[in-house]
Amino acid sequence: MPLYLNDEQAMLRDTAKEFVAEHAPVSHMRALRDAKDSTGFSRDLWKQFAGMGLTGILIPESDGGLGLGHVEAGVVLEEIGRNLSPSPFLSTAVAAVEALKGTAHAARWFPGILAGETVAALAIDEGPKHNGRIEMQAERAGNGFRLTGAKTFVAHGHVADLILVAAKTGGGTTLFAVPNDAKGLSAAPERLADASLSARIRFDGVEVDADAVIGDVDAGDGPLGRLLAAGRTGASAELLGVGGGAADMTVSYLKERKQFGVLIGSFQALQHRAAHLYSEMEVARGAVLKAAQLLDSGEDAREAVAVAKAMTGLATTLAVQEGVQMHGGIGMTDEYDIGFYMKRARVLAEMFGDSNFHADALARAAGY
Amino acid sequence: MSDLEQFRAETRAWLEENCPPEMRKPMRGEKDATWGGRNPEYAHPDQKVWMDRMGARGWTVPDWPKEYGGGGLSPAETKILREELKRINARNPLNSFGISMLGPALLKYGTEEQKLEHLPKIARGEIRWCQGYSEPNAGSDLAGLATSAEDAGDHYIVNGQKVWTSYADKADWIFCLVRTDKTTKQGGISFLLFDMASEGVSTKPILLISGYSPFCETFFDNVKVPKANRVHDENKGWDVAKYLLGHEREMISGMGLGAGTDQLIEAARKGVDPILRGQIALFDVRSRAFAAMSERFIDELKAGKAHPAQPSMMKYYGTELNKTRHELLMAAGGSDALEWESEASNGGAAPRAWLRTKANSIEGGTSEIQLNIIAKRILDLPS
Repeated sequence: MPLYLNDEQAMLRDTAKEFVAEHAPVSHMRALRDAKDSTGFSRDLWKQFAGMGLTGILIPESDGGLGLGHVEAGVVLEEIGRNLSPSPFLSTAVAAVEALKGTAHAARWFPGILAGETVAALAIDEGPKHNGRIEMQAERAGNGFRLTGAKTFVAHGHVADLILVAAKTGGGTTLFAVPNDAKGLSAAPERLADASLSARIRFDGVEVDADAVIGDVDAGDGPLGRLLAAGRTGASAELLGVGGGAADMTVSYLKERKQFGVLIGSFQALQHRAAHLYSEMEVARGAVLKAAQLLDSGEDAREAVAVAKAMTGLATTLAVQEGVQMHGGIGMTDEYDIGFYMKRARVLAEMFGDSNFHADALARAAGY
Repeated sequence: MSDLEQFRAETRAWLEENCPPEMRKPMRGEKDATWGGRNPEYAHPDQKVWMDRMGARGWTVPDWPKEYGGGGLSPAETKILREELKRINARNPLNSFGISMLGPALLKYGTEEQKLEHLPKIARGEIRWCQGYSEPNAGSDLAGLATSAEDAGDHYIVNGQKVWTSYADKADWIFCLVRTDKTTKQGGISFLLFDMASEGVSTKPILLISGYSPFCETFFDNVKVPKANRVHDENKGWDVAKYLLGHEREMISGMGLGAGTDQLIEAARKGVDPILRGQIALFDVRSRAFAAMSERFIDELKAGKAHPAQPSMMKYYGTELNKTRHELLMAAGGSDALEWESEASNGGAAPRAWLRTKANSIEGGTSEIQLNIIAKRILDLPS
């Protein structure tokens, strides 16, 4: 399979590009922020995503979805990133769907996701750095389990209908699907640097039935692994969009801003930096596509996914820094959009593990 | 089984039978590379076996047409062959500037006679080529070259000097940029092919910082070159030169893949300090991402989807990556990697390779030239 978008995927990209730019451009995010919106995204927009079939992009056709893959999901996420569109697409339509697919939970949750009514959140991290450690406990209680612990950095966690949470059960890790109205669950939204809302969630002896288990008890590494692979690949694609959007804005600025009587884009010092940035972003694009294709092929994609997340973190961090620097003073103003790219990139760089985390994972896998 | 699956199965079986075990071991240094030519040098006899077998099948140039000695494979088949070769860690059967540089230019600009004459010999490794581009006063400003070709009826008389001519002292033929019109710059260049055994050609190896002399000064003193050996029209050589440079950059970018991060990982496993470990791990991220990018680039190129200036990006990134790789290898090797002559160091393979890589971002157009090209031709930044 060639490593570029096939005709159908390129068509989807064009559709997504047009749709997201029209309905959720950066001004949409700015308006939500300025209004101190307490949801964190537009429910109307989520409905429109559903109307386009996009919320079901990874849901099998037999369950009413589009039955497409991670390459296609990435195509959509890149446009979300490019427009900084606040959306539960990554947590819900990509990571949660991937974890629930093929389990008993699909029948319960997929219809709502397909309709653009249900939002899912991922309660994975317990500390400020994603590190794979899980302290949260799920003890057997009655017909089910009692969950005790705390999670953090849960995007959309305060409004999600469904929270996927990983906890320790005697013999291993178990992934649970917990409805938001479960007793003992409290989610406190925190506004992050990029104006998105992320929750700190406490589970104070939250009781769930045995059927809240996703997959099997003590065998949560399977669905959790799928969730993380999809989430990381998706976040990489979104980062690619954020970095690409910042790079495009910056190159455009170099072609319109004049100093010393000439366009600043004619200065070799800036040309070389822009060209270097282009190269980093291209390499990142190769890595993202490779990870998505491998995931879709069913082959072992773990290392490719780690490379994609680490590389997009590095490249996009460069893109937003160069973006602000090359814009000069105006890049420091709230009125101008480039700063939003810097903030969103920082949040996504942390999500599901930063570049160092994934580089370390590669090193461990290689035995050093 | 689909046609491609069948092709993969057959390819795998053929390689299993025909790739000698010795050719599945990693190369220990420059001397293990196979270059073919009239006076070939082999560090191991299996190099010749492997080159001949692949050459006979046209698989040294799998996607060239069969009538010119190629394998006639489709892009998808070529990719499968590449994957299968990689799977068994097969060495490159034939390193050749004929394959990586001249061939593509001849396929595009050569006459039918030129293609039939030169391409099959390139494919089988019978003729080794060198590249006459840079001159003492024409480096980054390549189009400023001065080597002249005077019209003498049915032939030219070539006079001048080239420099940094890789392996000119070992090459059989040269593809050479010459000036056929002094009144204009790019528009006065022609592209000639001639035998290095021609009267008036002499070479002088240049000792480099690596202690090796892969590059030469090449002198032309009234060398007679038939006009039939000119590729494309007179004074249109710059088109051929640029097209060929794209392919040269493609080839050099492949150095970014090097041996991946294998050697570094091996060193890291033996134990390195945590800061170096982190540097190696982050390098590995870029190295693997670049490998994915290389796959994407080749696939896009074969499908005609790559930006024409994309080889500049690949060349820039790949060579900078390769330099970093060798800096890290030196750091990981410590004082062992400093030995220049000892048996244990295989004659100083590590430090010599480290020094050799410093040329990667100079040869074939410096990194700065590549960045200029990306800025102008891809990003469309103003002059």
